[in-house]
Amino acid sequence: MNNRVLSLVLSRLLIALITLVIVSFAVFFATTLLPGDTATILLGQAATPEAVEGLRKAMHLDDPAIFRFLRWIVGLLQGDLGTSYANEMPVADLIGGRFINTLQLAGVTALFSVPIALTLGITAAMLRGSLYDRAVTVLTIGVISVPEFMIATSAVLIFAVYLKWLPALSFANEVTSLTELLRIYAMPVITLTFVISAQMIRMTRAAVIETLNTPYVEMALLKGASRPRIVFRHALPNALGPIVNAVALSLSYLLGGVIIVETIFNYPGIAKLMVDAVATRDLPLIQSCAMIFCLGYLLLITAADIIAILSNPRLR
Amino acid sequence: MVNLVEIRDLKVEATTDSGRRVEIINGVSFDIAEGEIVALIGESGSGKTTIALTLMGHARPGCRISGGSVSVAGKDMVTLSEKQRARVRGTEVTYVPQSAAAAFNPATTIMDQVIEVTRIHGIMSSDEARARAVDLFRALSLPEPETIGRRYPHQVSGGQLQRLSAAMALIGDPKLVIFDEPTTALDVTTQIEVLRAFKSVMKKGGIAGVYVSHDLAVVAQIADRIVVLKGGETKEIGTTEEILNGAKHPYTRELLAAFEPKPRGAAGAAESGPAPLLEIENLIAGYGQVQADGLPLVRAVEHVSLKVEKGRNLGIIGESGCGKSTLARTIAGILPAAVGKIVFDGKELGRSARERSRDELREMQIVFQYADTALNPAKSVEDILARPLTFYHGMNAKARSARIDELLDMVRLPRNLRHRRPGELSGGQKQRVNFARALAADPKLILCDEITSALDTVVAAAVIDLLKELQRELGLSYIFISHDLSVVESICDEIVVMYGGRKVEEISPAKIKTPEHPYSQLLFSSVPRLDPTWLDGLEQDPELVRAYRQR
Repeated sequence: MNNRVLSLVLSRLLIALITLVIVSFAVFFATTLLPGDTATILLGQAATPEAVEGLRKAMHLDDPAIFRFLRWIVGLLQGDLGTSYANEMPVADLIGGRFINTLQLAGVTALFSVPIALTLGITAAMLRGSLYDRAVTVLTIGVISVPEFMIATSAVLIFAVYLKWLPALSFANEVTSLTELLRIYAMPVITLTFVISAQMIRMTRAAVIETLNTPYVEMALLKGASRPRIVFRHALPNALGPIVNAVALSLSYLLGGVIIVETIFNYPGIAKLMVDAVATRDLPLIQSCAMIFCLGYLLLITAADIIAILSNPRLR
Repeated sequence: MVNLVEIRDLKVEATTDSGRRVEIINGVSFDIAEGEIVALIGESGSGKTTIALTLMGHARPGCRISGGSVSVAGKDMVTLSEKQRARVRGTEVTYVPQSAAAAFNPATTIMDQVIEVTRIHGIMSSDEARARAVDLFRALSLPEPETIGRRYPHQVSGGQLQRLSAAMALIGDPKLVIFDEPTTALDVTTQIEVLRAFKSVMKKGGIAGVYVSHDLAVVAQIADRIVVLKGGETKEIGTTEEILNGAKHPYTRELLAAFEPKPRGAAGAAESGPAPLLEIENLIAGYGQVQADGLPLVRAVEHVSLKVEKGRNLGIIGESGCGKSTLARTIAGILPAAVGKIVFDGKELGRSARERSRDELREMQIVFQYADTALNPAKSVEDILARPLTFYHGMNAKARSARIDELLDMVRLPRNLRHRRPGELSGGQKQRVNFARALAADPKLILCDEITSALDTVVAAAVIDLLKELQRELGLSYIFISHDLSVVESICDEIVVMYGGRKVEEISPAKIKTPEHPYSQLLFSSVPRLDPTWLDGLEQDPELVRAYRQR
């Protein structure tokens, strides 16, 4: 660890911070561009113009956008996510439980999908060109091409409707025992694992194959090293950067993009909350959800980059 | 006594991209006795590396040993199982790769990789292995033998890595070491040290070796016997003496002939007109941010001045990193000079190519080292040559077509090649197309940046002959940049020696035997000769070597 690595890592963090500021800007102004007037929607069609005017004033909706943005940002920095327009509750309370649910689902999925994907990717690369490799490739391409609602509904049909092994809906709050937990998470996790593993498998396979073609891997072979040794000591450490990035990209999807899965299994996660918020034009809630998604994405990508930097001896 | 290695009727098959099977090694047989060093020599594609790798039972992906036997110390590497082969690799037969820089894993320390063989085969404890590695580092005259193992591969130089890879090969006490062009990627002054280190270690341990190379002069220093290969067949086998002095096969003689100095025949009586074609004064160029004094952070060319007379050739010679390619790029305006004047044909040129008129650009062309990367792989030869014709001369389709035929004739390529793409041409043909593209502009001066370095000796000699002929016909001038003294000697009227971005000496080929500057002396004396006693008899001032050895 020397100064160069430190400065690289710090600059990476700084970039993440700057990105976050730009994103917050974009999120805020994109949501204000949503059609319809919040005050009118809140008060309903029958509201008098005076009432609408009053509400607008009370909500500072007539202030210049930049002031509203600054007020919002300052609130965010103080941990105040604002108050929901729709039901007058603090946004933080609305998001809180939902966010934990999402994190749980993401965590369990990651726990299953990452080891499976890495194992499949690495073994496919090791046995490149074999029947096994082709089977894995065909399957991953197949899974990439099938949309997730298809996988999810098929899973419901098979496991819940015909076989009756698993419940069709996932109410995360009713967990009492471990078996219960497994039963509830099984189908969303299977679906999401399918969705995100394909990408990781393909990226891992490609990255490992690339390093397997290098002269230093041939050199290891000519030293008499066994195949596992070649792969784990010589190929994998040099393929770490791209693999970690692929994993981070796939996992970031779990934090915000699982609306379809959440809807089909009726899972109370944050993505569903955000879609509901769009329907009620609940700006503070939309903005907060968007910021959480971006933050999660940035954290994962930045972590991946930092791992890649640290794993490169040329920088150490 | 049974020979250590007996190769009998070896055949190797390769599967081409189209799925066709081609025999790339066609029944090769030879022996290696204990402690003997045998060289495999031939041009690229002759199968020399493929044969060497079969000694370890290895065939590169897409290749397959299809027949014959390769017996090493009584074991037939062809019939062994992959597990049994792995046991032989690293202990009985070891490998020194062509590019050590690529053959070291960038992610682990050098020591770990050097002693990995002992770990894989459980030969000795890692403390013993470390101690032995340090001994080997010392024997290979590496600097700081105690601590060099703690570094990562990118932290040591190419020459050192090459010797470290030899240590990696020797640590398992092998009976046979395969050297796969181990000095090709090195500068001549570095090559000497590496060769010396290899030779002394091999002789001391009585280890047998296979030395793969395309350079007869290098091979002559180290090999006891030479096997000449071409197209996957042995052309001639003999002791080094026999091959060098009494080669029987015409191909061997061709290889030898490529070494004979061909001094530039009466250089078209120097038209020492009043104004030189190109005059450079006090040029400084480099890379990185521009500092407060207006100079770049890293200066690759410092205060270089030179002159090229009309119809005469200037050679620029130096080792990698001496700034010779940067100088060419600066003259061409690709990399604008920070300071200095470039006067071409009486006019001062803009420093950047952007500031030059189309005609000024046309009159000075540059040809790059790697035709592979300089030619657009998606375009046909015709399109490649048509572009400068349209750009500089605004020719219509008919005139262009006629001119392309002429250009192909000039560079001695058959006209029907015009529809092919670069990928379908051989290395020599590609370099000719690359050169024809420069000719298409009707230039007065062509900057040739290492244009023969990627070619085999025989092909390179043909390209040089072509350049000379074209010069006679078209009255061109060349600036010929190379690290290969014999090439520069054969084509240039003036030679500039560069070191560390500076011009250290300007010399005429006639005086090349007696350079004045100490660096030129070191450089010129480091070029291997065909004489097998050359390396042992070579005496270089150690002070001088230390002073100028960059790596």
